[in-house]
Amino acid sequence: MAGVSLRNVLKSYGELQVIHGVSMEIADGEFIVILGPSGCGKSTLLRMVAGLEVISGGQIAIGGRVVNELEPKDRDIAMVFQNYALYPHMSVYENMAYGLRIRGLPKSEIDARVQKAAGILELGQYLERKPRALSGGQRQRVAMGRAIVREPQVFLFDEPLSNLDAKLRVQMRGELQALHRRLGTTSLFVTHDQVEAMTLAQRMIVMNAGRAEQIGAPLEVYARPATTFVASFIGSPPMNLIPKDGKLLGVRPEHLEPCSPADAMLTIELDLIEPLGSDTLVYGHIADGQSARLAARLHASAPAQAGKLPVRYAPQHVHWFDPVTGKRIGP
Amino acid sequence: MVENRPFLTFLAHAILILGVVVIAFPVYVTFVASTLRLEEIMQAPMPLLPGDQLLENYSQVLTAGSTKGSRAAVGAMLVNSTIMALAIAIGKIAISIISAFAIVYFRFPLRMTFFWMIFITLMLPVEVRIIPTFQVIADLGMLNSYAGLTVPLIASATATFLFRQFFMTVPDELAEAARVDGAGPMRFFLDVLLPLSKTSIAALFVIQFIYGWNQYLWPLLITTDESMYTTVIGIKRMIVGSDAANEWNLIMATAMLAMLPPALVVILMQKWFVKGLVETEK
Repeated sequence: MAGVSLRNVLKSYGELQVIHGVSMEIADGEFIVILGPSGCGKSTLLRMVAGLEVISGGQIAIGGRVVNELEPKDRDIAMVFQNYALYPHMSVYENMAYGLRIRGLPKSEIDARVQKAAGILELGQYLERKPRALSGGQRQRVAMGRAIVREPQVFLFDEPLSNLDAKLRVQMRGELQALHRRLGTTSLFVTHDQVEAMTLAQRMIVMNAGRAEQIGAPLEVYARPATTFVASFIGSPPMNLIPKDGKLLGVRPEHLEPCSPADAMLTIELDLIEPLGSDTLVYGHIADGQSARLAARLHASAPAQAGKLPVRYAPQHVHWFDPVTGKRIGP
Repeated sequence: MVENRPFLTFLAHAILILGVVVIAFPVYVTFVASTLRLEEIMQAPMPLLPGDQLLENYSQVLTAGSTKGSRAAVGAMLVNSTIMALAIAIGKIAISIISAFAIVYFRFPLRMTFFWMIFITLMLPVEVRIIPTFQVIADLGMLNSYAGLTVPLIASATATFLFRQFFMTVPDELAEAARVDGAGPMRFFLDVLLPLSKTSIAALFVIQFIYGWNQYLWPLLITTDESMYTTVIGIKRMIVGSDAANEWNLIMATAMLAMLPPALVVILMQKWFVKGLVETEK
């Protein structure tokens, strides 16, 4: 096992630069999630670590060894693809054994590793089946099995859960977490789903337009977003950003609480109410004429109806951002 | 559509039966003629029930050929035809699958130029380029040889194009997964692409086998030696002149023999053939 270093990694296709220098030190055994909207370059970054894309600039090192010029097979990584990329004509067993067979491992060793992985992933009874005869979740597990048997230094996951239905996704998320606890292998996981990122990551990279906007532990990123992009990308509904005194005031929907009109720091003109059972989301705009949209998360018992809603917030929950650069101001 | 309209059913069957008769009747007449004596065929009208000369006629053509036209035995011609058809089918598939692999999976300079060059040859079938091709084969001393029979017919834009289309539907991730697994390009080709293409290969094999078997003009030009005749050419060489001068019973027996192998290939490979045309296994 090994850490991964990204040192000012750049990627460009001809004139078009898609990754503008990402740097990060990933410790051995860490679970890192790369989060961002589609087209932000997160998959490209992962594929550069895998060796499927040429690195245009900077360095990537795995376990202290610079791998820029190495073929994927020599980087000691294993990758799980979004659409699983199982070999359709091979059985589950052959799919998992293929990489090992190419490496020339003895049959007994291959068998031992495949059986072990099949045990971990509960695939034992499906080993003779073709991928076609498996459900989406089972295919996903075979794809993970194929990665596990290689016993790589780093696992790379490219949106592996996005082809699964919502329920299975939650279940696989749990299994992934358990797997990481068990194997302790350094993992890079690309997703656009903030829930996956928040629940799986030990640390995460929030990417936007080829730049790492913020790197940090999920709760830290949530509590202290470094830019307005991060503030509005993470959290659902996203953080409210209100222009105030030439700056942007950010406050999360759950930190707005209804109060009497006299105590009101803001008054929201409500126009949309979404009762979710556990709590109620209300949306509207500021009553004093400014156009900013606001959202608030209210307790389910709070009375919510269209009209004016006076709210207040505690000072420790306020974030300030520069409206031009989008960067965080102050602590 | 589920409909119960007796008249339509009747009409549909009538048309289908008519179609079958139109196609099958000449084949039947051929078969009947191949079982008769020459004198019986020369009667008008010719009998439409099989005669008693089946074994005689067939063993005559298989071992000795006709007595009036070419005296080459059809048995040897069947062997020649089989070699030619197999060489063309296998050669075409082998070359086109490799060129399609190169065009789809490798980035090399002038890649699209090469693709279009191959594609443009679609417009140049053997018949169009027959004189220069003949000259080349003659100059290379390949007349009356298996190489001369097959090599000019092997290059195939159609098959290359078909494999290219198939390869483009194979997800890129499969190639990437193989790369991560440590498979080099040829390993990927042999272990992944080839098994995935097997139904396409089967379909192409059937089509190209029949194409090779039915070649007429090219073998007619370059085979002058009886030992190199293909079956189709054998039929032509048995026809020597006016209607009455030909041994139609033997010619028809040869025609039946010429029809048999392609029909067998289609029947035996039908399952694969249909699969290759209608479904892609991914």
